[in-house]
Amino acid sequence: MSPLLQGILTVIIGVGGCIGYFWSANFVLDRFIFPAKGPEAGRNINRANAVRPWLFLLPAMLALGLYLVYPVFGSFWRSLFNRAGTDFVGFGNYAQLFGDSEFRTALFNNMLWVLVVPASATFLGLLVAQLTDRLSWGNIAKSLIFMPMAISFVGASLIWKFVYAVDPEIGIINAMRDIIGLSPLDPMQVGFWNNFFLMVILIWIQTGFAMVILSAALRGIPEETVEAAIIDGATPVQIFFRIKIPQIMGTIVVVWTTITILVLKVFDIVYTMTGGNFGTQILPSYMMEYMFRDDGRATAVAFVIMIIVLPVMIWNIVQARKEVR
Amino acid sequence: MAAASDDDGIAGGRSGLSIVTNLSVVFLVVLWLVPTIGLLVSSFRDRDAITASGWWNAPFPVEQNFAVGADGEFEQTPEGWVIEGNLFGEGGSGEVTAFGGRRAEPNAFEPGTTGELVRGRTLTVETNGDFRYVDPAEEEPRRAPTIYFGSEVPPNFTTTNYETILTSAGMDVAFINTLTVTIPATIIPILIAAFAAYALAWMDFPFRGALIAIVVGLLVVPLQLALVPMLQFHNEIGIGQSFYGIWFAHTGFGLPLAIYLLRNYMVGLPRDIIESAKVDGATDFQVFTKIVLPLSFPALASFAIFQFLWTWNDLLVAKVFLPSNSESWVMTVKIADDLLGSRGGDWGILAAAAFVSIAVPLVVFFTMQRYLVRGLLAGSVK
Repeated sequence: MSPLLQGILTVIIGVGGCIGYFWSANFVLDRFIFPAKGPEAGRNINRANAVRPWLFLLPAMLALGLYLVYPVFGSFWRSLFNRAGTDFVGFGNYAQLFGDSEFRTALFNNMLWVLVVPASATFLGLLVAQLTDRLSWGNIAKSLIFMPMAISFVGASLIWKFVYAVDPEIGIINAMRDIIGLSPLDPMQVGFWNNFFLMVILIWIQTGFAMVILSAALRGIPEETVEAAIIDGATPVQIFFRIKIPQIMGTIVVVWTTITILVLKVFDIVYTMTGGNFGTQILPSYMMEYMFRDDGRATAVAFVIMIIVLPVMIWNIVQARKEVR
Repeated sequence: MAAASDDDGIAGGRSGLSIVTNLSVVFLVVLWLVPTIGLLVSSFRDRDAITASGWWNAPFPVEQNFAVGADGEFEQTPEGWVIEGNLFGEGGSGEVTAFGGRRAEPNAFEPGTTGELVRGRTLTVETNGDFRYVDPAEEEPRRAPTIYFGSEVPPNFTTTNYETILTSAGMDVAFINTLTVTIPATIIPILIAAFAAYALAWMDFPFRGALIAIVVGLLVVPLQLALVPMLQFHNEIGIGQSFYGIWFAHTGFGLPLAIYLLRNYMVGLPRDIIESAKVDGATDFQVFTKIVLPLSFPALASFAIFQFLWTWNDLLVAKVFLPSNSESWVMTVKIADDLLGSRGGDWGILAAAAFVSIAVPLVVFFTMQRYLVRGLLAGSVK
């Protein structure tokens, strides 16, 4: 059976199965377990209503538990074992990691990524959002800058491979160097700075995301505050930095953290562009080097990423709890 | 929007400021578009054209150097042995910009002049390609000479790259595989998430707040953690690396965002409608299927687009949960692991492959941008 047919069949079975589950679970609950009739009708309705939320939640909780909660513990547990998974080595994998200079490079580079990419993307996004806010063709401009969001990291990397190509007839960077009389060079092999050339790709993708959200936040600023500032004689620059920015600070933080989390997970760009060579390794791509070869090491790297993400996660949860209350 | 800019009331210098704003936005947009346009243009050029001139020169004729063997027989004349003919061959046409008799100097002489070659030989080439070669030697030369000339080649766009990619390079299989991964992985989580989101939004039960917090926390769990344990799990339950594995994985990984987006949307639905339906005797199941689900269509659409783009563009999950043979490669894996290695220097092919892989997401993006933006806003701004 061709995979596509298999896929369509899976959709039918999956969707049918879900609907079947939800419908029949409800039916059984209301008709047989706690029927709303007989001497205990009232109590049964209450009981059924207490159980029902869990029926609705069950499939999602199973899937989340299996694919996201269990792996946190499963990965940590696995990272305490050796390559084959047979011997308990305690924190041996972690000790090895920190002894490996490539891992330290990856950690250092990841810190660079975390510092540079969210800051640049948020700044550029804010800039574009503010500039396009008053333009008649602003929506078209935003749409075009937003477009890279739809492109895969692999596709984006290929697009930038053309930009960075060594041949001055292909790479626009080297074409410009050629015009001013410099010899061509491979941006991917320029030590240290090559990391920044790779970051440009992710900034190119994420600026649109930051722009869309910040643009909506700018629109949401109450007119009166801006008008009051104008009456008081504030300059546009003052209005932007003293009136608008403080009011959208919350959104800026959300955008910033969202991109930070993304930066810690994206391995595609480094994998496609340099394969982690020339000192451009980052944690996710470093992990893929050990995936399938040394699961103990790979899960240890994954857990290091988890620990870096943890503060953001806790902050998110605290925010969410505040809101629900 | 013009009215809004008037409200800013920047006295004087407004037109100057607005020109600066316009220009800087134009600059940024161009900067953002140039890389993609480069890819698109390159995908329609053949290998020779790509190496001969930059894609930014693609609309202009290119000067290329050619070498042809003089076609014809030597004839003995008082001047010596002579060959005459046309560089572009019978029925061909073109414009010679320069010519020469040696590989090292293919552009030594202007067309219409007579060039002096070694040992008294001469070569005359006209702009239209007519040439006359004279060798004063006594004996008939053994080989016809090679003539070098430069000529302008008109811009040439071709779909050969796409034909190659889709017929012989296996990109067609990868395309189908991507589609196969994407469809179930987009549809199935929606349904599961919708029920859960309804429960979290409109049903009252203990630990509801804690569950919502857990979902929010799971939003940021790095996928990397799931790779090893879940692959092991798939191997144990017998599905191993297969399409089933990747469908399940994408479903699990997509759920937190789905539940979060849908719950945020459903919580905002008017309370009156739902409560009056319950007063009229509707069960939760009926309220959900008949009222909440249809009203939540925009949120469902936003999540569907997200999940579609994410699964279509994914490389990591596909690399780990799908078999690593060429029949099961999705497009991202095909490009990253195969084409970049085996056809690394063939820029036209790479460009066409990349464009095939990003074409569908781009169409989805431009047609359904409204829902995408709405989803982003629901997911990030609180």
